[in-house]
Formats: sequence, structure tokens, C-alpha cells
Amino acid sequence: MKEILSGNEAIARGAYEAGCLVASAYPGTPSTEILENVINYKEINASWAPNEKVALEVAIGASFGGARALSCMKHVGVNVAADPLFTASYTGVKGGLVLIAADDPEMHSSQNEQDSRNYARFAKVPMLEPADSRECKEFTKLAFELSEQFDTPVMLRSCTRISHGKSVVELGERVCGLPEPKLVKDAPKLVMLPGNARVRHPLVEERTLKLSEYGDTAAINRMELKSGEIGVICAGVTYQYVREALPEASILKLGMVWPLPAKLIQEFASKVTQLFVVEELDPFIEDQVKAMGIACQGKELTTLCGELSPGRIQAAFAKAGIIKVAASDAIAVEPVPPRPPNMCPGCPHRGVFYQLNRANAYVTGDIGCYTLGFMPPLNAMDTCVCMGASISMGSGMVRALPPEEQKRVVAVIGDSTFLHTGINSLMEMAWNKAPATVIILDNRITAMTGRQENPASGFTLAGDETSEVNIPELCRVLGIKHVRVVDPYDLDATRLAIEEEMNRPEPSVIITNRPCCLIKGAGRFEKGKILEVDQGKCTGCKACLRIGCPAIEWKPNPDGNKGKAFIDPQLCTGCTVCQQLCKFNAIGGRK
Amino acid sequence: MDTTITNILLVGVGGQGILLASEILSEAFMLAGFDVKKSEIHGMSQRGGSVVSHVRFGKEVFSPVVPEGQGDILFGFELLETYRYLSLLKPGATVVANDYKIAPPSILLGQAVYPQALPEKIKAKFPDFLLVDGQGLALKAGDVRAANTVMLGAVSKRLQIADGVWQQALEKMVPKKALEINLKAFAMGREL
Repeated sequence: MKEILSGNEAIARGAYEAGCLVASAYPGTPSTEILENVINYKEINASWAPNEKVALEVAIGASFGGARALSCMKHVGVNVAADPLFTASYTGVKGGLVLIAADDPEMHSSQNEQDSRNYARFAKVPMLEPADSRECKEFTKLAFELSEQFDTPVMLRSCTRISHGKSVVELGERVCGLPEPKLVKDAPKLVMLPGNARVRHPLVEERTLKLSEYGDTAAINRMELKSGEIGVICAGVTYQYVREALPEASILKLGMVWPLPAKLIQEFASKVTQLFVVEELDPFIEDQVKAMGIACQGKELTTLCGELSPGRIQAAFAKAGIIKVAASDAIAVEPVPPRPPNMCPGCPHRGVFYQLNRANAYVTGDIGCYTLGFMPPLNAMDTCVCMGASISMGSGMVRALPPEEQKRVVAVIGDSTFLHTGINSLMEMAWNKAPATVIILDNRITAMTGRQENPASGFTLAGDETSEVNIPELCRVLGIKHVRVVDPYDLDATRLAIEEEMNRPEPSVIITNRPCCLIKGAGRFEKGKILEVDQGKCTGCKACLRIGCPAIEWKPNPDGNKGKAFIDPQLCTGCTVCQQLCKFNAIGGRK
Repeated sequence: MDTTITNILLVGVGGQGILLASEILSEAFMLAGFDVKKSEIHGMSQRGGSVVSHVRFGKEVFSPVVPEGQGDILFGFELLETYRYLSLLKPGATVVANDYKIAPPSILLGQAVYPQALPEKIKAKFPDFLLVDGQGLALKAGDVRAANTVMLGAVSKRLQIADGVWQQALEKMVPKKALEINLKAFAMGREL
């Protein structure tokens, strides 16, 4: 049967067909939907982990127990999971172990565009890179087989265009007859103390050589010979771009990007006059081809930054005089107002950032929807580096500052991010008595990636009820004496809490308690009474615009008098934050 | 071999249902026997930001992204976004746009105004332009939320795909309770 699947859906299908039994991940764009699809296959025990390190360790444990196991994360998640990854490379596996790393060239939804291929080389594990959804499924299956055949974790690299691109896939059956998971004592392989690890390391190096030889003849690395003039080495989605941009070129399409097939590359190089490597981000393949002593061109032509596309590749080759392209006859349009993303109407974060701005706080921020609090008109986030960094950076910042400036430092973090890597940071802050203020925006969900459950939301990935972390109690046991919970829809209470805790020369935590307004289901978000602006009372003072709610629109008055604010009843959720800002009682329940 | 690839761009504002519309299109092309690729961005851009979905079909499709300046059909769910992405089209391309406006932040805050006379400006650059009252027709069909389906109907007439295939795709992708209204909305769009 044929279906149109996204790369993420196809990876999930591939794991199912490969007989995978356990899957663990932390959500992160563009990888999130892999696990959300894996959960549809009841044969696989799939669950969210609090962070990527835990997710990979869950998968490693399952592998050591003899099961085929999957872990998925976005590129920056691999940084968090790097610790177990590097040593799992030494132990190797029992059941097949596959780690999906989804890169985000162009940073559509990320804070950097690191190239995960470097991790494969660094951790000395093989990496496959599919070029469409069909390959996502096939390569995932192959990754499990290679993992067992070569006794290694296998990484599979996706990217935004592969994970979120859809193409036609032929579905297959789930394999059967895999060995049953069971406990096997095997300390020399699985206990990585120096004596054992020293024995394992040479095996890892030998494994890389064997994998390179495998790559010389493996079907996933293939030559498509056309022109003898131009030859291009490429992989992943870039292969699709090259097929389209350079239809006459000979291509060496690599399905395995680490280790590289040295003999095959030499053979391909000998068949073409000019050799090129076209790859997004780092010159990962190019550097190695050059180190093999083979002349080629790569980053002389294409950028180190952002995505490629058929047009960008054509333009680069035309600029270097290698091909000729017809002049572009694209139609120019006048610039129009941009449309950046925004917090939703009714978002419980909005009032908090409004009050942080008014309190002149210096906000160390974190990763989530609330990072949008940096945008005008809220302008209330001053740093954003990585998951969990808000608290530890705030804790470090106060140590550098005079007392008056110390007061201004407020760390802002979401519930899911706090549970991901913020707990250690808060422990540090309490332990070392750093007098910063922390606000945990507990909206009871991992919102940014599309509302995934987390350890404090009360539900598992499968939707089963489970234990929930009590965040205020957790903060107290970490050593924070001053923990208070505030309703972020109550602007006065929020302001009071922020002012008092900023002025307190001790570590303190404020927790907001309104759920994300996109969470569906009983007992979660409930709409209030929809509001409207009484046009008779509105003086056009624009106070309500200062929160940047998408439901409130300023309408200029065509006759030159002051304009007025309007509320879109389709968008308003009745959160009342704007109502509290109106000094003229012009905002009230819709009649 | 026929190497023609038809490039469709669906543009609008995050939350407007663009992804479902592009799924229905892709499904129809697959059912009609074509190779199909589709690409879009999730995550950050969903929060009310500008959204572009690429759908390409033909005998064999490589890039999931429409090459710059090669769009054949622009399917706009919002006027400002329709105008913004005209530069992705080739001259003579078809534009089908919903007559619907959503103000971006700078306009909501009174710092900019919504550009005037966009339909006229679009028509001047792309004579094959159809402006659709998606919301109005959807309301007639029974539910304003079927506006995208009205639009799909309007676009469908410009694609050489049999009626039955569209019906099959809608049946597969639209929830059962909403199917009847959506089939009606689709038919209304197709008559435009």
C-alpha cells in the first residue's frame, strides 16, 4: 500500500517495520512528530523523557536488554545526549540502537544551525542520511540492521525539509523472529571502566574502517553517471536540489555520510573532469575528500550558512562560470509589513512579560513560546541561549553585579524547560545563595513544539493518567525558601509578586498557574467571557495595545481624530488582561 | 518522458488550516497517479506567523521545495500573504486568493496600515487571478470553517484531475461529521 508520509511519519513507520520495541524522545522541532507517530504502533513502548540525555539512556537500556530501541531529538538535543552517546559508541549494542538527529538549517525554529554530522565522526558512530520519506523508512530499518551487524549505535540525520516534507512511501510489514529481550551479563562490553574501555576503543576504530568498506559497495551509496564533465557528491535533501539544479551532472549520492566510502569516492572522482561537493552547512564531506588527496570544490561555491535550494545551487554554479542559467524573470513586489510569530490571544505569559517590562527587569530567558516575550511591544527578554540556561545564567549574572543591578535579574523559564534542565540550575542557585528571582511559567504543557505532555502535566505520551511533579514542592526541596504561586491573568497580583521577589536579597521563585490556551480537554484551559471595547468610552489612549494581543486592533480614524481599539470576538479568549489595563472602563463583556 | 512538474504554493497565516489544505491536495495528486512532494515549516511559524506550503506533482519530483520563481499556482488564504509571495511565481502563473484580511502585529499596533487595493495590484501582475469570498461561500455551505475547502474547489478547476479523485481525497482527509458541508463547499468553489 502507498501513502504520502512526512519524513517523521516514515521514520516512525520504519521503526515499526524494523521490529523496534522501545522508543524515547524529548520534543524538538523538526523531530517531534516521530514519537507522536511511533505511539500509534501499539507494539512499541513509546514515551516522552524529561530531556534528550534521559531519552537516549532509556533507549540504550532497552538495547542492552536486547530490544531494538529508538531515540529521537532535534540537533541541539544531541548536545544534551552527547554524554551517553560517546560511551555507547564504545559499549556497542545488544538490540539495535538508532538515534535520530533532526537538523534545522536556516533555523526555522532553532537557536543555532549546528551540523549533526560532526557528532557521528566525533562519537565514531555511523550516520545515515535519507533524501526523502521513502528513504526515511528504508534507512531507519537499515540503521537497526547495521547497528546489530556492526555492534554500534547508528545515527540517522534528518533536517527540516526531510522531516516536514511529504512524499510517497510503499508500506511494508513488521519483521518477526527477532531474538527475545533478556538479561545477559557482559561486563567487559557494558561496564565502561578504564580497563574495559581500553579494550573497546580499538574495536571502535576497527569498526569505522569496516563500515567505510561496507559503504564502498552498499546500495545506499550510488553513482548516477551522466556527464563526464561535472560530478557532484551530495546526500540528503541536497541530492534532490542537485538533481533539479544540475540535471546533466553525474552524481555520487551518499546514503551513509559517516564513515565515507573512500574507494567509491575515488572511483567516482576518476570518472569526471570537475568534482564538486554540494552540502548544507559545514564542509563535512568536502574536507574528507580533500584529505583523501582528491581535488574538489565545495564551500568555494555554496554557503556555510542556511539552507540550499535548487535556485541557490544554480546561482552558485552560474556565478563560478560552471553553468549558464537564463536571467531570472521573477516578478518584484513592493515590501509589505512583516508577519512574525506572536503569542496567542489569551496566552498566560503576556501579562507576566508586561509587568517584567514595567519593573525594569533584566530577563534571562529560555527556550519556548515565551521566548517571544523579547518582541515589541513587550520587549521583556534579554538573553536566550539554550534549554535550562535562564536560571543558571541569572545565578551567574548576579554574582557579577553591584547590589542595585542584582535586583533586576529575573530568570524566566517554562515548566517543560524547567523539568528538562532547569532543576539542576535551580539547585545550584539555592545552594550558592544567588539572590536572583526565577519565574516558572507553568502552562502545564510543552507548548512550543505543539503541546506535548511533560512530567508535570499528569499524562503520558499515550494519554494515560500518571504522577505529576509538584513544581512548588520541588522548588522547596531544592532549597528555595521563598516560593509563591500567582495567577498571571491577575495583573496586580503578578506585579506585586515580581516587585517583592525582585527586592528580596535571596533566591526566590514565582510560579504562574494558568494553562496554555491551546490545550484541549476537560479541566484544562477554559475561555472566559469574550470582551469588547465600548467605542463611546474608548479615548484612544492605546494602553491596551501595550500587551501586543493579536485580538486587539488599532483602527485609525479616517477624519483625523484619535483612533480607537477594537477586539476581534473570534480571537478573544476573555483573559481580561487588556480590561485591567483600561483606565476608562471601556473594555467589558460582550453584550 | 514527461518531465513537467506543477508547482503549487499555499500561503497564509499560521492557524488558518493551510497544512490540511495542502494535505488534501497532495492526497488527490497521489490518488491521480502522480509523484508528489510537499514541504512546509512547523513550529515557530505556526504562532500566527507567515506560512508557506509547497506542493509539487508530476511524473517524478525531486526537490520538495518549489524552485524560486517557478511557482505555477499561488493559493492564498489571506490577501497580504498572497501579495507577499507573488515573487515565488513564474510570469503568467495563476493566483487564487481568499478575500480575507488578517492584520499583522505592526498594523494591530497602529504602526503600519494594511496595504490598499491588493486585489487590483495582484491582477495587474497576474491577469489569471481569481478572488474568492471563501468565508461567505462557506457560510452558505453551512460552516464558515469550510472556507479553505471552497478555495480548494476553486483551485481544483485549474488542475487536470477527475472529480471522483477530489471526492476520494476529501473523504480520506476530512473528519466524517464535517464531510457533507465540505463536499458542498468544494462544489461551490469549483463552480467559480
